[in-house]
Amino acid sequence: MTGESAITDEMRAAIGVESEPVTHDVERGAVIRFAQAIGDPNPLFNDERAARATRYGGLIAPPTFLRSMPSGPPRAEVERPYSAGLDGGSEWEYFHPVRVGDRITVTNRISDIYERQGRLGSMVFIINEVKYVNQLGQTVALQRTTGISYEPPEEE
Amino acid sequence: MGDQVYFEDVEQGTELPTLRKDPTTQQLVMYAGASGDYYQIHYDRQFALGNGLPDVILHGALKNAFLGQLMTDWIGEQGRLARLSVQYRGMDVPGTPIFAKGVVTRKGEDGEVECDIWLENAEGKRTTPGSAAVVLPSRG
Repeated sequence: MTGESAITDEMRAAIGVESEPVTHDVERGAVIRFAQAIGDPNPLFNDERAARATRYGGLIAPPTFLRSMPSGPPRAEVERPYSAGLDGGSEWEYFHPVRVGDRITVTNRISDIYERQGRLGSMVFIINEVKYVNQLGQTVALQRTTGISYEPPEEE
Repeated sequence: MGDQVYFEDVEQGTELPTLRKDPTTQQLVMYAGASGDYYQIHYDRQFALGNGLPDVILHGALKNAFLGQLMTDWIGEQGRLARLSVQYRGMDVPGTPIFAKGVVTRKGEDGEVECDIWLENAEGKRTTPGSAAVVLPSRG
C-alpha cells in the first residue's frame, strides 16, 4: 500500500478517550417492544407475571437490549473518514442481568483504528469498547464493537 | 418455560436446537424503532443501493439478537449467558428465512460450556459466525 492513510492524527488522538457518561432507565415498555421487534417471545422478556415466578423475580432485558442505550457524545470527536458505514460485529461479556427499573450508565471509548482493503474498497475499522454499569455500580456488560467506514461507489 | 437443559446433558458436538427466523421489512422498521438505529440502509432501498448494497439489509445487531435468542432459548431460565460474539461477514436481506444454529465445542468446569454459533441463509451459507459461552445448571 503506497496510498495516503485515511486515518488522521485527530482520529489517532481519540483512541482511549472516554465519552461523557450517559444514564438510561430500563423501562418495561421498551424491553417488551424490543423483544417484540426481534421476534423473541421468551416470557422472561415479555410476561411480567411469568417472569416474577422465576429466579429473576421480574422482567429482564434480552442480551442485546443494551444496543438501544447509546453512549454519550465523545470528548474527542472522530470524523468518519468515509460517508458510508457498516457494522462489523460485536463481542459481549455479561456479568449481571439487566432488569426493568435498572438505571444503566453507558461509557464508550475507541480502543483501536486501522485500515484495510476489502470488498468495498478502502475500509477503516474503528473498535469501540462500551461499558454498561447499573445503579448499584455493578458492570452488567461490556460490548466491543467493530465499525466499518467505507467510500460509497460512484453514482452511475 | 420449556424444558431446562443441564450441564450433564451436553457434550462436545451436541447441537443446539435450530432457531428459524423470517425477517421482513416490517421487522427491520420495528427494530429500527426499538433500537434507535435509523440508518437508512435498513429501510430505504434507493439509499442502500447507492451505498453499494444489494438491497436493504438486516441490521447486524438484529442478527446479533437472533443469535442471542438462540442461546437464551437453549439455556433456559436457569442458565446464564456469559459471552456472545458475532461477526457480520455476509449481508442478509429481508423476505427470506435465516437459521440460527450452534454446536457445543467445549465443556469447562463449574457448568461452563462454549459453543460455535452462526446464522445460515436459505442457501446454506454462513453469513454470521460467532461464539458463545454459557453456564448451565447441574442436576447434582
